[in-house]
Amino acid sequence: MRLASRTHHLKSVAGLALASLAACAGRTSTSAGNVGPTPMGSTMSAAMPDPRSDPRVGLHAGLFNAGEAAWNLRLLSTTQPQGQFMGSTNSDLAFLGNYVIQGNYNGYQIWDISDPRHPTLKVGNYCPASQSDVSVYKNLLFVSAEGNSGRIDCGGEGVKDTVSTERIRGIRIFDISDIAHPRNLKNVQTCRGSHTHTVVVDPKDADNVYVYVSGSAPVRSASELPGCSDAPSNDRSSSKFRIEVIQVPLAHPEQARIVSSPRIFDDLQYQKGHGLSSADRDELAAAQARGAFILDFSGQQMILPDAYAKEMLDSAVVHRGGKGLPTSADSATVRAELKEMVAKSVGNQGAPTGPTQCHDITVYPAVGFAGGACGGYGLLLDIRDAAHPVRVAAVADTNFSYWHSATFNNDGTKLLFSDEWGGGGQPKCRATDPKQWGADAIFTIENGNTLKFQSYYKMPAAQTSQENCVAHNGSLIPIPGRDVMVQAWYQGGISVFDWTDAAHPREIAFFDRGPIDSTRMAMGGSWSVYWYNGAIVSSEIARGLDVFELTPSPLISQNEIDAAKSVHLDYLNTQGQPHFVWPATFALARAYTDQLERSGGLSSSRLTAVRQSLSSAEQASASARGSTLSTLASQLDSDANGSSDAAKVRKLASTVRDLSR
Amino acid sequence: MTQTPHVSLKAAVLLAGLTLATAVSTAGAQSASQNGRSQSDLAAIAKAREDSTRRPYTAADVHFMTGMIGHHAQAILMAGWAPTHDASPSVRVLCERIINAQRDEIATMQQWLRDRQQPVPDANPMGMTMKMDGMEHRMLMPGMLTEEQLKQLDAARGKDFDVLFLTFMIQHHKGAVQMVKELFGSYGAAQDDLVFKFSSDVNVDQTTEIARMERMLVAIKLGIEQ
Repeated sequence: MRLASRTHHLKSVAGLALASLAACAGRTSTSAGNVGPTPMGSTMSAAMPDPRSDPRVGLHAGLFNAGEAAWNLRLLSTTQPQGQFMGSTNSDLAFLGNYVIQGNYNGYQIWDISDPRHPTLKVGNYCPASQSDVSVYKNLLFVSAEGNSGRIDCGGEGVKDTVSTERIRGIRIFDISDIAHPRNLKNVQTCRGSHTHTVVVDPKDADNVYVYVSGSAPVRSASELPGCSDAPSNDRSSSKFRIEVIQVPLAHPEQARIVSSPRIFDDLQYQKGHGLSSADRDELAAAQARGAFILDFSGQQMILPDAYAKEMLDSAVVHRGGKGLPTSADSATVRAELKEMVAKSVGNQGAPTGPTQCHDITVYPAVGFAGGACGGYGLLLDIRDAAHPVRVAAVADTNFSYWHSATFNNDGTKLLFSDEWGGGGQPKCRATDPKQWGADAIFTIENGNTLKFQSYYKMPAAQTSQENCVAHNGSLIPIPGRDVMVQAWYQGGISVFDWTDAAHPREIAFFDRGPIDSTRMAMGGSWSVYWYNGAIVSSEIARGLDVFELTPSPLISQNEIDAAKSVHLDYLNTQGQPHFVWPATFALARAYTDQLERSGGLSSSRLTAVRQSLSSAEQASASARGSTLSTLASQLDSDANGSSDAAKVRKLASTVRDLSR
Repeated sequence: MTQTPHVSLKAAVLLAGLTLATAVSTAGAQSASQNGRSQSDLAAIAKAREDSTRRPYTAADVHFMTGMIGHHAQAILMAGWAPTHDASPSVRVLCERIINAQRDEIATMQQWLRDRQQPVPDANPMGMTMKMDGMEHRMLMPGMLTEEQLKQLDAARGKDFDVLFLTFMIQHHKGAVQMVKELFGSYGAAQDDLVFKFSSDVNVDQTTEIARMERMLVAIKLGIEQ
């Protein structure tokens, strides 16, 4: 298959330093032969990697000279950490203008990526704290501090005292108006520190931004930060079982402070699984049809096992002093008893012990929702009042260990959660690890208040036990008309997948390296990978900053890539999800046309005609262009009526009509 | 604001050696790159920096990483009984995940201790063996089951096993959370990034699992788990 040509191992692409990158800027044929475009089969089915010949299996180890495998992605540059950041964990990314801010356990580095083949370091700010999760808003940079060793003075010697005025656990705020000289404006201390945080831009509040703080470490002593309490959930003073909301007045960011601590887990009901799948629903319907007892167990319907039901019915008969078969009155008695039993058992539980926190929250202000990945639960939150998020729905999943992060599709109709089983430091992608553990779970959002499970997605190539690997941070790629995401899997590399069909996600591109060390587990791999204005930027924990571009294939056409590149963002915090809007361009029209070819939504003769019209319109004078395009738009309107993919044809018609104006 | 990180002797020697190696290495080979340094030189520099920026660990860190090995080993022993003791499917799934997760974590703790030339205990489900005055003592970490409790669990089958397993594993996990709390309350502890990350992960993972098991326990008592 087409992958065979990439199975040979690269000597070293990753390690090539800046100086030598220029010389191989266009590297396609020699050392980078396995990252360039490769002839591919013309059918979609040919694109499924064969697990036996997956080029990601068996890559040789090395910190800066590991073997590499790529498919439909091209590595443009790898830039090693500089100075004090070398050898320290690289973490999350935020983007502002031409800059990418890369968090590191020793502070953060700000890179200029105007030329993605040659990122240059604008400034490195040594200011240690884990995990140094970063976000930006205009002239402000927010950095998470969680560990015990973070110091207010940015020193590296740690804080040994268990109670200290020198410790920072919370949010550091920097003024980056002069990006080369960041200035620490304010520190907001929180009881559990900040593992991650989310900047929330409230469309109705121009004066403030908000920061949701998620902390997962133990609560600090009240002697260190007054008011902190490790009390159980039924004590309202507890610093657990809640998130923190910081309000940052834009005119006076130094006055940033905690304005609310929403207890979004209150009265969280029992969730056995990930909600009902269609198989579950069929089973429930069948059980109802045969008259089985259905328990409403804190909002979740469950079938009472027949043997158990029979026992209860029989005892009801005995109880009333009767004989023989149970009557409908006995059934009613049992139903009432069951209800009471459930209430009692749940009531006897005492205060719930979890969830105590969220790991991360992704807000999508354009739709007024946030996805909260919170310990054992995935939450849907209403954030229309940014300072007071309210839980709308919750899901759990027997296959999920630790709900880690969330991503909406652009329409806001789907929500993907990831499970960071093992915490990111463990090898959870071995051939023996189940595909639904440490994976993504994809849900559709129904009626604005229900999450409906659709499928799991896990990067499919088996990794070694020397490679920490599990689902981690990713972002959407703005390919119009499709839901496509790029995601980091630590040393499992980078996986691009299409989840337009929520029940059948599929991989469409990847990049992977061999282990950091062949003899032992060493932390490394992609922490985060995000699309930003045409570049795919990855924060490699140990190896530095990787920049990629998509290469065209039958799975993603050049027109689709061009249309994705037409979406421009001024800044990006991936956990503050932006709403993509595509300008009407010829690339957009052609991208939809390519998708109609894939779906069979237009006949081949119509496809040819549409493409010809688009080409002649593009070359025509302004006036001729308008009439060509409006004629085409009208033709497409009538094409839509007979098409199996009418919605897409209408999208194309509407784009062509916009172009004609 | 910048602090000079504490440079360990080992790292200093390595760095000095590298300077020498760099001076004699020939640039221009395919593997050569930045400033004529080879990839392996750069990797060694990265490793040396990693070592040098490591903050010192304390006896409390070592105690935590050592004690948790036996703690995990007992969880693996208990979970390993699920298939032979007629556990319900949901308890079996939980047990498989506990075994997978805690086995990997034992490897992490053993590697951490080995890297710091500390004694590396075997994964003994009956706790740490301590020698005091020539006598061997077994030390159970918080939450660990006594020999009696283990026997009780081993004798149970089916629903009885499920209920007992969940009850004991909740106790066991609460002990692990307690150990993290004690670690954080110790002078100079969890300054090492790996110890902090690992203990925080244990804290959140097991807190999450406790809540899950409490819910499962209710469901199993009600007979609504298959």
